[in-house]
Amino acid sequence: MNFRGVSDLLSLYENDSLSAEAAVGSTIQALAADTTNAFITVFEAESLLADARKVDQDRAAGKALGPLAGVPIALKDNMCMKGTRTTAGSKILDKFVSPYDATVVTKLKEAGAILVGKTNLDEFAMGSSNENSAYGSVKNPVSPDRVPGGSSGGSAAAVAANLCAASLGSDTGGSIRQPAALTGIVGLKPTYGRVSRFGLVAFASSLDQIGPMTHTVEDAARILEVIAGPCAHDMTSMDVPVEAWTKNVGQGVAGLKIGLPSEYFATKGVDPDIVAAVQKTIAALEAKGATVVEVSLPHTEYAVATYYLIATAEASSNLARFDGVRYGHRAEASELSELYEKSRSEGFGPEVKRRIMLGTYVLSAGFYDAYYRKAQQVRTLIRQDFEEAFKKVDVIVGPTTPSLAFPLGSKTADPLQMYLEDIFTISCNLAGLPGISVPCGLSQDGLPIGFQIQGPVFREDLVFRVAGAI
Amino acid sequence: MKITRETVLNIARLSRLRLSDEEVEAQRHDLTRILGFVAKLDELDTSNVEPTAHAVETSMRFREDVVEERLTREDVLLNAPAVQDHMFQVPKIIEG
Repeated sequence: MNFRGVSDLLSLYENDSLSAEAAVGSTIQALAADTTNAFITVFEAESLLADARKVDQDRAAGKALGPLAGVPIALKDNMCMKGTRTTAGSKILDKFVSPYDATVVTKLKEAGAILVGKTNLDEFAMGSSNENSAYGSVKNPVSPDRVPGGSSGGSAAAVAANLCAASLGSDTGGSIRQPAALTGIVGLKPTYGRVSRFGLVAFASSLDQIGPMTHTVEDAARILEVIAGPCAHDMTSMDVPVEAWTKNVGQGVAGLKIGLPSEYFATKGVDPDIVAAVQKTIAALEAKGATVVEVSLPHTEYAVATYYLIATAEASSNLARFDGVRYGHRAEASELSELYEKSRSEGFGPEVKRRIMLGTYVLSAGFYDAYYRKAQQVRTLIRQDFEEAFKKVDVIVGPTTPSLAFPLGSKTADPLQMYLEDIFTISCNLAGLPGISVPCGLSQDGLPIGFQIQGPVFREDLVFRVAGAI
Repeated sequence: MKITRETVLNIARLSRLRLSDEEVEAQRHDLTRILGFVAKLDELDTSNVEPTAHAVETSMRFREDVVEERLTREDVLLNAPAVQDHMFQVPKIIEG
């Protein structure tokens, strides 16, 4: 590849050192040589090159160009792009062709980005290792016998292996930040409601959010500036202004109060190399003028249980639409209920079935109050923990994950153990906060470590200030 | 909490899933374990806590009531597994 990341490529364009045709040509070669299985679909080379030549012509003609003109970007394959296949990592959508563009796709196209393909993921974004994909596991580019994390494992590997300038992922319980941490890149989950989900295959609607996965913090800010904003087709997207977040990246941390939750450091089983790297990063932020304050998030230990009740309940409802009638896999059947049951049973993989079953159970008559309502009440307590903490500090920091990238196949036998991978990322979704994972060093074995920064709702500016200082 | 085979079959029926005997046993095992784990929430007294449905406070936005160009019938039927006379086709529901 003749460039690395969005800002790098844009500066090469700016000083005429590289044409879009050459950048996209190099991207096409890198995509063809991929050994990580990061992509489910790569778009046709000739059409990508034609788009690139158009950018070059417009630039030569002095036409106004969008902020991402000629920048090759990949989409997680749970985002619709008109005329392209969208599988969501599932056999049930194997032949599904998107009839329309997701709002994030519309916005990226308007900004001049060149969308190169659709990345691999855990089926319906349900997983933390990308091993639940019907299209095969993804290898971690840093260490090919290890997982890239999930569910946006393909989007993470695509950036870490430098197969595109940046990618989009979706994050329901850590699915952007955890794979970013495990592959050594930057991943941002914006505030709930910051980015439209119109055209995103729904998993858990009160938690899902789309965000950028990038080489640098500045790249993440550039992409958020393009994809953020209210959308007429997603009534949960909020009417708050898009800010110039790239300006926050270099502002420094002098005067900011950084909260360390005592519970994060009391959590058992966190890899000692991760603890050491995170502490070193905190000390560096302090040296740059930030004040470190201990805070408490007393309900942290309840977050994973709360999440798996809420997320599976919402998923069981969202996935009811896959019935073999309007789209998706259809089984041979002689009557309607047989059609539903066989189509779903043949189309969904084991983890998706497990979550539909759990979600259906917790919503079923007689159990709703004991499980779903109870989880929503604990969700309130978790949210209040953050509200209290943010009265004292500007951001909350800690490790993104308890473990380093683990070997492929090592955690697939035990779903509960896999769920616990999300312990540090889940609260952010439950509370709707913006959260970012930034690389903060390597383990003794050379595996990447992620540093997580969480801010109050709609305070991505603070998150970018701190992330930019690392 | 111990989940029985009958409970698994009932939940599968509500979920519109058909499970093999092997899958029923695996689901019984996994559901028992996961429900045992989430029972941790019972440690907390939430009798006076309001539930949170959405994390970020919001009120429903209004939009103009205008006709929009959205999906055509052809677009909608593009992914249909079976189509007849521009409609989704399903197995016969009413015997006649």
